[in-house]
Amino acid sequence: MNLLNYTLRIADSSLISAQRLSEWCSKGPTLEEDIALSNISLDLFGQANGFLEYASEIDGSKSADDFAFKRNEREFYNLKITEQENGHFGDTIARLFFCSAFNFLFYTELSKSKDETLSALAAKSLKEVKYHLKHSKSWMIRLGDGTEESKLKIQESLNSIWQFTGEFFEMDKIDIEISDSGIGVNNTSLKEEWNKIVNDTLDQAKLTRPEDMYMQTGSKKGLHTECLGHLLSEMQYLPRAYPDAKW
Amino acid sequence: MQNGNTNKIWELLNTVPDPEIPAISVVELGVIRNVIFQENSFIISITPTYSGCPAVKAFQDDIKICLKENGIENFELKIVYSPAWTTDWMAEETKEKLRKYGISPPSEKAICPQCNSKSTTLVSEFGATACKSFHKCNDCLEPFEHFKCI
Repeated sequence: MNLLNYTLRIADSSLISAQRLSEWCSKGPTLEEDIALSNISLDLFGQANGFLEYASEIDGSKSADDFAFKRNEREFYNLKITEQENGHFGDTIARLFFCSAFNFLFYTELSKSKDETLSALAAKSLKEVKYHLKHSKSWMIRLGDGTEESKLKIQESLNSIWQFTGEFFEMDKIDIEISDSGIGVNNTSLKEEWNKIVNDTLDQAKLTRPEDMYMQTGSKKGLHTECLGHLLSEMQYLPRAYPDAKW
Repeated sequence: MQNGNTNKIWELLNTVPDPEIPAISVVELGVIRNVIFQENSFIISITPTYSGCPAVKAFQDDIKICLKENGIENFELKIVYSPAWTTDWMAEETKEKLRKYGISPPSEKAICPQCNSKSTTLVSEFGATACKSFHKCNDCLEPFEHFKCI
């Protein structure tokens, strides 16, 4: 049961990030960036699918699609940062950068999991998120060390998303149990490396690291910001309206 | 074709083109990991190139059609994730096919497939498909796609 919950947490963060990023499709600031964000979204959908298929296998009765389309807001365990609205391009880049830096470290550790499926999915995802990190990091630097206006905007973006970065490193009972059994990751141990990546990037981007502040929490219990409900209403519309529809 | 000849299956699979890059087959792409005959059925293990690559679904359908057209009904497609797909599995011969098709094959530095120049510029880290980036040649000025190394 706990392994199912643990797998859903990973799957949900990928799925919700993917759905959110896909909103950029056809609306990117340039053609290249439109394609880049859509490609990253596609990678994340694929990763979500792998983890949801595994969740379905553990569960034994629900399908991957059931998990994606037939759960309500309170039954989703994605990190709150992943559901935040796209805002302007800088807002999206700041969110993508923080998430990619975390995903990179998380999958590096998860690829050593004793659980063969989780380690295989992690090793696969790792190759992709490395590229996402490279891309979002280069934009952080370009925007931060760019014009006066781009610098101002990206600094505001990172100040406002910062409160959602604390959840990356939380450990609740399930995390501790799964991590102690050699299957899951000790999120707290990733903080130092994450700080290093973030500080190094912000230095290069000539941006200021926000001061420590109140950090949002709750997603591990299914508590979310209002953004998630709106996202799900669009993502789940078709299977909810036509429950027996087949691809 | 019920006698468990896996070589014949490999031969047939080698005729199924990659849906996005028809110049090479799914076998040459390296996504067919294994074919075994077990309990009167061929088990074909497939690994995705990128997690979200839409071609994976497309070539599974193409494989089913190809095998059925050749009278093979007793098979099963299985998705495997480990080891993760890598461009290192691509043979030199396959890379040459890509180059002739106009795609710069996987290598550290993108080389122009038209004039072989090493002086090229990255235009976009993401191309028309997840597996390619977009470049331009500084010598012949042609734009081209490069198969990313992963």
